[in-house]
Amino acid sequence: MKQIDLVIVGGGPAGMSAAVAAYDNGIKNILILERDSHLGGILQQCIHNGFGLHRFGEELTGPEYAWRYEQQVYERNIPYLLNTMVLDISPEKVVTATNSEEGVFQIQAKAVILAMGCRERSKGALNIAGTRPSGIFSAGTAQKYVNLKGYMPGKNVVILGSGDIGLIMARRMTLEGAKVHAVCELMPYSGGLARNIEQCLNDFGIPLRLSHTVVEIHGKQRLEGVTIAKVDENRRPIPETREYIPCDTLLLSVGLIPENELSKTAGVPLDRVTSGAVVDQDRQTSVEGIFACGNVLHVHDLVDYVSEEAEIAGKSAVAYIQGITAERTDIPLSTDGKIRYTVPQRITQKKDVTVFFRVADVYRNVTIRVSDGDRVIYSKKKLKVAPGEMESITLRPDQFADAKALSFALEVK
Amino acid sequence: MTYDVAVIGAGVVGGMIARELSSYKLNLCILEKAHDVAMGASSANSAIVHAGFDAKEGSLKALLNVQGSEMMAKTCQELGVKYKNNGSLVIGFNEEDMETIRSLYTRGVTNGVKGLEILDSDALHALEPNVSKNATCALYAPTGSIVCPYELTIASVGNAMDNGASLLLDFAVSAIEEDADAFTLKAEDGRTVKAKYIINAAGLYADAIAEMVGDTSFQIHARRGEYVLLDKESGNLIKSTIFRTPSKMGKGILVSPTVDGNLITGPTSVDIGEKENKATTPDGLAHVMRETRENVDGVMYNQTITSFCGLRAVGSTGDFIINMPRDRFVNVAGIESPGLSSAPAIAKYVVELLKKAEMPLEKDPTFSPLRAPMHAFREAGIEEKNEIIKKDPAYGRIICRCETVTEGEILAAIRQNPKPRDLDGVKRRTRAQMGRCQGGFCSPYIVELLAQEMQVPYESVTKFGGDSYINVGKTKGVD
Repeated sequence: MKQIDLVIVGGGPAGMSAAVAAYDNGIKNILILERDSHLGGILQQCIHNGFGLHRFGEELTGPEYAWRYEQQVYERNIPYLLNTMVLDISPEKVVTATNSEEGVFQIQAKAVILAMGCRERSKGALNIAGTRPSGIFSAGTAQKYVNLKGYMPGKNVVILGSGDIGLIMARRMTLEGAKVHAVCELMPYSGGLARNIEQCLNDFGIPLRLSHTVVEIHGKQRLEGVTIAKVDENRRPIPETREYIPCDTLLLSVGLIPENELSKTAGVPLDRVTSGAVVDQDRQTSVEGIFACGNVLHVHDLVDYVSEEAEIAGKSAVAYIQGITAERTDIPLSTDGKIRYTVPQRITQKKDVTVFFRVADVYRNVTIRVSDGDRVIYSKKKLKVAPGEMESITLRPDQFADAKALSFALEVK
Repeated sequence: MTYDVAVIGAGVVGGMIARELSSYKLNLCILEKAHDVAMGASSANSAIVHAGFDAKEGSLKALLNVQGSEMMAKTCQELGVKYKNNGSLVIGFNEEDMETIRSLYTRGVTNGVKGLEILDSDALHALEPNVSKNATCALYAPTGSIVCPYELTIASVGNAMDNGASLLLDFAVSAIEEDADAFTLKAEDGRTVKAKYIINAAGLYADAIAEMVGDTSFQIHARRGEYVLLDKESGNLIKSTIFRTPSKMGKGILVSPTVDGNLITGPTSVDIGEKENKATTPDGLAHVMRETRENVDGVMYNQTITSFCGLRAVGSTGDFIINMPRDRFVNVAGIESPGLSSAPAIAKYVVELLKKAEMPLEKDPTFSPLRAPMHAFREAGIEEKNEIIKKDPAYGRIICRCETVTEGEILAAIRQNPKPRDLDGVKRRTRAQMGRCQGGFCSPYIVELLAQEMQVPYESVTKFGGDSYINVGKTKGVD
């Protein structure tokens, strides 16, 4: 069996950034396995701009952002295989993959970085009543048809869900000559970035219908229309608000799900809230030597943070392979519900730790508080937090050194 | 050319009959109004091979169910179709249910069902720990099985075609005329087919077809059945098929693993007037979920993959309607549950009817009952897979990530009888697009493969024929 120090599953932004960081920190025997025909992952179909502001201080398109990292991979001659699908990862870090040239093959890795990204929640998962015509697409599938294949899925569009891809596609379809009649959002607020609501909906006069959902699908062959309705505070549709909108296309942007099927084969325990692995500050999962980063770990708002997180995983994988470790500890992190989750979920070494988290609702004038029992070790005020935007704080070892457990809470005035 | 036999309807019944007839020296055609085979109830049902204790003693349903169930394993093996003998349980919650279970037991024994057993709560929960703790008793039928119904339909039609039958799709029979020795079947689009014999396996429309030759002895109405299908994560919750004890309210909701490892829950049972309404309803889906939760613990509906509605063809006589109302015309109508289970036996029964009616039937020595399994590659070992990939690299390219379906498998399916011409056709043959992302990643590639193989423009590929187009045209070309 082929031996490789570090196998990275996925050649999107997370996988490439992790590979570069690992290489620069001293591990050269790396292999990136990518299932698509190109590196860069889903960025290649995100032809809009807005990527890279934090990372590069400029606005790049998706393919341009990907290219920055592809260049770094090429310059370092980091090996990668395209059109290669990983079928299984064992807890012993044997990676089984397949492609056309080598068939089904196995690699024994010293460390594995999971960087498989995420997929969109499908229509089936929503259980919308009605018929099953063509013309219903997840926003990302429509994006692929329009931006990569050059085909238009339809002319009259309703979008369910105001996730970022849905917002971006509202604009994209409009620019391509389609009419977007409405973006319906079940929640009383959008899950997308504020700037996308402004630039993709408001600038084009596309109505955002908050607290609305699609309750019925019509049309025998191609979609002919949808019935939407307002929902009450328990998210149940209010019958008297039913409204029929004729349309030939329904795009769904109703959430992203980390693609952790392979993590499960490796026995990696998952967090029920993030649907990603439970990790420590190094992004190491509970299975030793298996790391995770990017959208397979938790869904990020900006790719810039994916790259940042992947660097942590890349460096940590090197430290793991080389047997380098800081002083050990074991501190679990918990949340109060207003803060939905944290990544990492535990701290196992005494060094600087950046903790990412998301909140459950839109809150104003809040204090973010981290406590060890009754002792507050960190607090920070913020004017506004929202579910669509990731938050982060950095803790120093002197703050948590002798803590038993850290709880993350949001105090709302 | 005049065919010896025209089979109307390419569902599982029409398919199995065509396959049986293709073992004789006959010139056969199958006429199907849809864009593909298995487009009606054969692709939207519970996928159960019933043991045979349900149908009334002495009925055609009882006879053909027990026979069909016994034939199913061999039929599936010959056709390379997924089948699993997983056993079935009718669970009861009180003394009234227990009485019904006792009478089902007696009926089953009379019908010839083998191995029936009545279980107490302990025995039931030892067998199926996730069945509701409130269940107190059960009827266990070890011969109960599960099968992939659309695969069985596709494979039977394909096998008939491999043995010489023709398949005419988009052929909606709108009139039947007769001269001395043959019928002329006219399609809505003007095409005609001549055939000496007609087998009417037209499902929901069997009454309309019968009427075309003057037979008005029965009617068919649609019974709606809504289902919710769950991810493979949920497929291991139970091993057997779990039925609720039937009551005045009907047979109730069943919970069963599928041969592909998913969990199927449903169906509702509502008689409707129209024959085309396959829309699911909020009430129907809620009913399925509520009753499933009463029967089995731990069913997680946040793992739903899809929900759908099937229309069962219910005959006005209460039994299967298999007869010859006139010369050279056979009705195979009202084949509601247990129609799938009975299908192989129905095919034999129809041939016997034709023999009795002195149709000249001579066995064709070149007939082969075998068809290459559609899922052989999936089940092969690593070395075997690598042999195949070496010969054809397309088998190394994964197109559907969720169900790990390769380009090689998809191309093979597109080239094999009966050839799929749309996305749903590829889905039923290969499972590509059938996983948790429901085609989100792979459908644009499959559209490309279909367009290439059929040599048609990309935007002309549909989901299931007709106006079910996927794309309206090239970008910047929208009018």
